[in-house]
Amino acid sequence: MSNSVSALNGENVKGFVQVSELGLQGMITLRANLSTPKVKKAIKDVTGVLVPKMRQILHDGDNSIGWMSPDELLILCPHSGAEAMVTALNDALGKTHALVINVSDARAMFAVKGADARDAMAKLAPTDFGMGFQPGEIRRSRLAQVAGAFWMVDQETFNVVCFRSVARYMFDVLAVSAEKGGEVGYF
Amino acid sequence: MSTRLPNAGRLIDASKQIEFSFNGKRLKGYEGDTLASALLANDQMLVGRSFKYHRPRGIVASGAEEPNALMNMGEGGQFEPNQRATTTELFDGLAAKSQNHWPSLDFDVGAINTHLARFLPAGFYYKMFIHPRPFWKHVYEPIIRKSAGLGRAPKDRDQDRYEHFYTFVDVLVVGGGVAGLQAALAAGQSGANVLLIEQTADWGGRAQVDGGEVDGKPVADWIASTLKALDDLPNVTRRDRLMGAGVYDHGYALGYERVNDHTPSNAGPRHRLWRIRAKQIVTATGAIERPLSFAGNDIPGVMLASAVRDYAVNFGVSVGDRTVVVTNNDDAYLTAIAMKNAGLDVPAILDARASANGDLVQQAIDMGIRLEFGRAIAAVKGGKRVTGVKVCAQIGEGAVLSEIDCEVVAMSGGWSPVVHLWSHCGGKLNWDVEQQMFRPDATRPPTSHDGEAMVTVAGIANGYLDLNNVLQDADQAGKNAAKAAGSKPKTAKAPTASEATISPMEPVWLMPQGAPIKKRMKAWLDFQNDVKVSDVQLAAQEGYESVEHTKRYTTLGMATDQGKLSNINGLAVLSKALNADIPQVGTTTFRPPYTPISMGAIAGEARGKVFQPLRRTPIHDWNMANGADPEPVGQWHRPFAYVEQGETVHEAVNREVLNTRQNLGLLDASTLGKIIVKGPDAGKFLDMMYTNMMSSLKPGKCRYGLVCTENGFLMDDGVVARIDDDTYLCHTTTGGADRIHAHMEEWLQTEWWDWKVYTANVTEQFAQIAVVGPNARKVLEKLGGMDVSKEALPFMTWADGIIGGFDCRAYRISFSGELSYEIAVPASQGQAFWDALIEAGQEFGVMPYGTETLHILRAEKGFIMIGDESDGTVIPQDLNLQWAISKKKEDFLGKRAQLRSHMADPDRWKLVGLETLDGSVLPDGAYVVADGTNANGQRNMIGRVTSTYYSATLDRGIAMGLVLHGPDRMGEVLDIPKTDGTIIKTRIVDPVIYDKDGEKQNV
Repeated sequence: MSNSVSALNGENVKGFVQVSELGLQGMITLRANLSTPKVKKAIKDVTGVLVPKMRQILHDGDNSIGWMSPDELLILCPHSGAEAMVTALNDALGKTHALVINVSDARAMFAVKGADARDAMAKLAPTDFGMGFQPGEIRRSRLAQVAGAFWMVDQETFNVVCFRSVARYMFDVLAVSAEKGGEVGYF
Repeated sequence: MSTRLPNAGRLIDASKQIEFSFNGKRLKGYEGDTLASALLANDQMLVGRSFKYHRPRGIVASGAEEPNALMNMGEGGQFEPNQRATTTELFDGLAAKSQNHWPSLDFDVGAINTHLARFLPAGFYYKMFIHPRPFWKHVYEPIIRKSAGLGRAPKDRDQDRYEHFYTFVDVLVVGGGVAGLQAALAAGQSGANVLLIEQTADWGGRAQVDGGEVDGKPVADWIASTLKALDDLPNVTRRDRLMGAGVYDHGYALGYERVNDHTPSNAGPRHRLWRIRAKQIVTATGAIERPLSFAGNDIPGVMLASAVRDYAVNFGVSVGDRTVVVTNNDDAYLTAIAMKNAGLDVPAILDARASANGDLVQQAIDMGIRLEFGRAIAAVKGGKRVTGVKVCAQIGEGAVLSEIDCEVVAMSGGWSPVVHLWSHCGGKLNWDVEQQMFRPDATRPPTSHDGEAMVTVAGIANGYLDLNNVLQDADQAGKNAAKAAGSKPKTAKAPTASEATISPMEPVWLMPQGAPIKKRMKAWLDFQNDVKVSDVQLAAQEGYESVEHTKRYTTLGMATDQGKLSNINGLAVLSKALNADIPQVGTTTFRPPYTPISMGAIAGEARGKVFQPLRRTPIHDWNMANGADPEPVGQWHRPFAYVEQGETVHEAVNREVLNTRQNLGLLDASTLGKIIVKGPDAGKFLDMMYTNMMSSLKPGKCRYGLVCTENGFLMDDGVVARIDDDTYLCHTTTGGADRIHAHMEEWLQTEWWDWKVYTANVTEQFAQIAVVGPNARKVLEKLGGMDVSKEALPFMTWADGIIGGFDCRAYRISFSGELSYEIAVPASQGQAFWDALIEAGQEFGVMPYGTETLHILRAEKGFIMIGDESDGTVIPQDLNLQWAISKKKEDFLGKRAQLRSHMADPDRWKLVGLETLDGSVLPDGAYVVADGTNANGQRNMIGRVTSTYYSATLDRGIAMGLVLHGPDRMGEVLDIPKTDGTIIKTRIVDPVIYDKDGEKQNV
């Protein structure tokens, strides 16, 4: 709908890395027994993406799936297509015990972009941002005082997801960490 | 006088002069100076006054162990007290002020205390201030508070910012001296991921000053080539100005980086706290030289021998023309040699030992320096600076044999390895009799989760004082750490250094050994806290046998330096007084941080706008722009009321209450918890979660329910909507959303893991707006779309549809007693929907209302509020909610607990309405009293007020409360005292005051 706005409406700021709110993003929470062939097939058929392994995020076109827990996935898709994808997943899953729910508007998504993106992230999350962390991996952790999940899009870019209500805090705390003069030069 | 030497100082750049100020006086120094070296270069020997006796004090040390040169540093938003001059790098414009004196550093009234020293011994405060008892609070404490403390407390807000940094390494090496470099190299060559940190800006440690040869070349060359080798290893990172502050469980370590202390005008954080997770930690932290205890050892000009040569070699500073060296070991001879090499005079070396014949001793003899064995200092001459020393025999009682004029006394009582980081997490120590020092015991290391050692000590910190042993030990430590971290060390041999002959040191804990009380009262152990040899001896005499007790009684080692200079000397004196061995007495506990770290670094980025997360609804910005008086609810800021111009908050609330009752109110209810519960067993699960029956709810219907803990206490409440056969949506309170979701997950994951139920917290997916009042239906019908009539959408039902073009879910529920809808739309459209309601509602008298109006409307209806009527000790039965507790269900959480005798007790206080006879508003939390007193002499209480408001609808105070036998006492008048002693007469009434039959909400 045209009057839909994301939490920060695409705000961005440039420090030694760039921090941007990424606007509306479709997100679906799927909970099910992820090891069953029927669930795997339903997910692959609808999204085009395989079920990821632990701490893995897989992409195909506009869709991605991140591993959240042994029985929970985060499906990313275009915002306008989220409701339809929920319906399609429910149809594909049939009578299988599962929970598929649109959480697009419960979240906010950010990009942290620049050669020193790892340094900026390491100020906030108790995660090893060394070279062992590569695109394809997703982490659920905290950034400063709020919960968040993040993964690398490429060698210079992290995407960060958090709850919509704390989008402002997340943006501000990422911006503070990216302030010029705060370069660490570690990674 | 102390001055700058020409063409000397390896750390300073004499071509770059910079200005700074001390006590307002403008002085000059060089780039590379510390504040301490620059002060000495300007002949500023006197730098502060001591804590208790206000004695004049000068710089003693050249590093982190400095007890005296503490400064009030900076101004305004950059002011910070107790900053050590020895670890403060000089920068242009630095402003320092000395501490603990009045009116001035040179003339200090408090110095009278030094003449009263005889009356201010250890334990003085404990003995003096206990009598008479009331004096403590009203006389002693205020005076002590005024005279206490060294630095001033900052008054302005800290203008700098701080941050944290998380990192994970295989091997953390703490200390950038020779040992640290070699350990890092050995670990790095194995391929391990290594972080090497050094607290100063200078690499190489003491070896840069004390010299030596490694593999046949000067040690400085080896340091330079090793730094290059480390930089060439991609798996090794080295960082300076980064102190290892503490070692904690499981290889966790804190590092304190002083990013901009030396460049305060730069952008960026002032300090950065490194939160390091290391598989192995190598501490190569060196050692600290010990002072000697002789009369007058605190007079400015008496310094550690190592510091005297540090200032000469590193900064080209001569503390004075003539230096008398006093020692019990060979190492101090280096100072005499360095002074001679700098062209300064060394009138004598007073060596307390009977004889010595090490290489350094021979070198001093060869240089023609006068050596006196078996000698000690009987007294130091001078007041605010040293003018000379009186010499006596060490074995005697201090009879003066000769006097020597001098400006500097360079003392060395031996070295204490810095075992702090080893000890922080439980590493144990052994007493080395030969070297008179505590050394880490490698067989009793701090251990990690697997019971294996997580810390290794290297070099001098491990008790190896000569360069070759340092290199071999550090190499092994680095290899061992790398291996323990899972890498394979190279077999390369460690470099070797020339071995020197060292004559054994001799323990000297008091100088001379038979010093009488008058001298012992002038022999300082703890410079910062003014603890003398006589104080520790008095403590022992008064029965303080434990070193921990003695520490607290005398304040030995309790100052900001945490006894870096004083601890070993103090406990040696104590052990002598107790006639026990030093290891029997033991050390006090080493606790992090190694030196004080800033509070800002601990807080990290959490200040200003990112001090705490603030949760915002999609309508938050509109609320704040439209007069919302924010009320913190959890981490949300909800509007308490929307205050219009010229209105008080109270007036705004009254306006909102009346308008909602008469016209149309809008409430931003987005914060209410919304939890989806889905699965074949969802109904069975909710029957356990709620006290009433949820499985019988029909799709499309809503039901109010209560959630109790397993102990029966009321935990949360809310409306449950059945979405379809398998799916429910559970509304919770604002504060309960995360808690109830976690509560559900805990039961599902730990007890009923085989039930087929999934939950999801979708609170933030929706903006939920309560449309309330007689005109509620009109505004929705005007916006158009789904049928919201009584017939299509009766009370306690819900339906999906479109209103005003918005996809929505409409619930016919009411917490106000009015005709009411709660409309949920996707959060991204929340503001647009709110705007549409405000616009369409104009003709119906729309006004937004806040949480206070919400509270008043529900109280008029007698609805309970979690957190007001419940407080964790209240069960639903107390609130007359039996109707919401199923009798048919076999079980639910809390059922069994509610059957216990105390829970079923008819004497439990129960909910009633309270109506003051004079119409006034009862104070919140007030108690209802009965005659008589209880066993504690307190007035008997028979109830309390749980909710109290002014009701604009009724134009009087309304309240609810829990009262003993309340429901059976309708109409009775109670006494409710106020804090001013007056009593409000209050009648017990029905809690439902407004529209008891519910006709208004059911239209």
